Amino acid sequence: MRFMMLMIPKGYETAAPGTMPDAGAVAAMMKYNESLQKAGVLLALDGLHPPSMGARVSFEGGKPKVTDGPFAEAKEVLGGYWMIQVKSREEAIEWATRCPAGENEVIEIRQVQEMADFPPDVQEAAAGFAEMQGRSEPLAPADR
Amino acid sequence: MTATGIHHQAHDTHRDTHRTIDAVWRIESPRLIAGLARMVRDVGLAEDLAQDALVAALEKWPESGVPRNPGAWLMATAKHRAIDRIRRGKLLERKHAELGREIDLQQETAVANFEASLDDSLGDTIGDDLLRLVFTACHPLLPRDARVALTLRLLGGLTTEEIARAFLVPESTVSQRILRAKKTLAEANVPFEVPRGEELAARLSSVLEVVYLIFNEGYAATAGDDWTRPVLCEDALRLGRILTGLVPKEPEAHGLVALMEIQASRLNARVGPQGEPILLLDQNRGRWDQLLIHRGLAALQRAEALGGAHGFYALQAAIAACHGRARTAEETDWPRIAALYTALAHLTPSPVVELNRAVAVGMAFGPAAGLEIVDTLVDEPSLQAYHHLPTVRGDLLAKLGRLEEAHTEFERAASLTRNVRERDFLLGRAAECIDTK
Amino acid sequence: MRVMILMKATKDSEAGVFPSEQVLTQMGNFNEELVKAGIMQAGEGLHPSSKGARVRFSGGQQTVLDGPFAETKELLAGFWMWKVKSMEEALDWVKRIPNPDNEDFEVELRPVFEMEDFGAEFTPEARAQEERLRAEMEAKK
Repeated sequence: MRFMMLMIPKGYETAAPGTMPDAGAVAAMMKYNESLQKAGVLLALDGLHPPSMGARVSFEGGKPKVTDGPFAEAKEVLGGYWMIQVKSREEAIEWATRCPAGENEVIEIRQVQEMADFPPDVQEAAAGFAEMQGRSEPLAPADR
Repeated sequence: MTATGIHHQAHDTHRDTHRTIDAVWRIESPRLIAGLARMVRDVGLAEDLAQDALVAALEKWPESGVPRNPGAWLMATAKHRAIDRIRRGKLLERKHAELGREIDLQQETAVANFEASLDDSLGDTIGDDLLRLVFTACHPLLPRDARVALTLRLLGGLTTEEIARAFLVPESTVSQRILRAKKTLAEANVPFEVPRGEELAARLSSVLEVVYLIFNEGYAATAGDDWTRPVLCEDALRLGRILTGLVPKEPEAHGLVALMEIQASRLNARVGPQGEPILLLDQNRGRWDQLLIHRGLAALQRAEALGGAHGFYALQAAIAACHGRARTAEETDWPRIAALYTALAHLTPSPVVELNRAVAVGMAFGPAAGLEIVDTLVDEPSLQAYHHLPTVRGDLLAKLGRLEEAHTEFERAASLTRNVRERDFLLGRAAECIDTK
Repeated sequence: MRVMILMKATKDSEAGVFPSEQVLTQMGNFNEELVKAGIMQAGEGLHPSSKGARVRFSGGQQTVLDGPFAETKELLAGFWMWKVKSMEEALDWVKRIPNPDNEDFEVELRPVFEMEDFGAEFTPEARAQEERLRAEMEAKK
């Protein structure tokens, strides 16, 4: 099972463009990242620049409307994420609780949708089987 | 040790805590067992002691909450249990001179020695212990399925039941395998250590083989109704990634991970709506997991940077990478794949590799060129029961318009496979040859 | 540069409503185009927040809360990670996200930190460690 751990740092919604994380926090976080890697559960991680460097596109009535950051109404914003591969929701939560997060920070844990989670007809549509033309060229074992 | 419990709002039922304890166990047990194994120098005993600690956790944590450092709690508990066992003479049932054989006189000495060995542990890093455990679980003394079971159990944290389900064997079979394996290791006095010098390469090869075996069982299940069992691929990938962290300078560890990441990237595209197999060239590449492809290419780069471009797994990973990089089937670099198979053939000449090379040559230079190579393999004794041989031959013949011969080959191939889905697929191909006539 | 494209949650996504077959098919095609253009690095949908949890860190303690979470506006339903030349290129692609049922939804674009962004904050040790981690996480094409 895959999970996203979404880091929601306090106050990041108002961070100025070019804001950098502080060195101490970075060092602690890197130890944590390494522990995820050593456990073989880390798939990906990234830090995001603050919303003041981003943009939003809203699709209302079909037409896309672009707004540059920062976003005044946002009370919480994403600061970074980890994607992990674990056996259960509890394992994901356990890993999240081990994060050296700061005071009043929040990590949201969300399960990633995987093919096996969906009923067969949805899987079929998602895989675009209707579009496929079967050319049958069997390959030897290692190429399958 | 005082524990600051983690507060779970909403309902904190025993079931919830049990699942959390399961999760903690999965995270902590390999290190726990590894550390204990170094102290008591017996993997079987180490697991018993670790299980003792788990039982204690299941009793205490539902009330006190999961401690802040669960690994340390478990280790401390296991050590206390170990000392208890020595005192009650239970440990003396095992044959270890260091722990004393003369019951009465040496009991106190045994305890003192053991406690001293606990302090010795401060010098060793956890990583070393884990590595020792890896090599022990994959010891060449053990039959292959025992190595697989022991690895999944001790390093993967899988229960006996999970292992049994994964390999479609009865639970008792797996229990027996694990029990016998521990006995073998104890009786042969296998030292709990990382092999050195020349021995390391051969022993590492055994470890990689176990991991890839697990992966392959998930990727192309050899028996049963399902074409793939993705959970096994995940287990193997996790083990492989852990391994690259333990032996970061070994190119073949990275090569193996690269191969597995790229192959796993295709898992969502390999199975059709009725569970039937979809071959690589027919797969919807929009369904290939780009994240895994990127990870695989990065791992391959690491292997190559370490000078391991021509390793057994690195070469196979490079072949998989050719497919992973091709945004459409038409963009596939077949000449490069053919060259890689030639390199692989130099390294490990085998009829199977030659067969794979034939496929690549056929794609790069035309079916006649491919068939020329395949025809040299038809009498190979080791390939007589190998369904891929008639499959490949059938495909090349079909492309050359020799449909009756192709039909015969596909029927033969279908009779040779044990996998239900694959058999149906091959019978379908055989039928196509007749329809087109 | 890399940009993370955040698909914000909607009432439907939070209710676990499956997208229509048309949406799924068109999304599949869109993803294929992203791959062919060499932009697509990752992309996933997320199960509703009712299946999720939040961990709050305070006073050395962690508190775990089960979902769902109010404030649907700031929740995610999915994301992409794109490798693009500029925010403009990312915006162009965002505007092409298929929407056959004319749903209302919101997408947030956030540039991602790269190694070069870190200057003096990084000690040489930290930089080396980050480099090792990065090298393991990214492909250099």
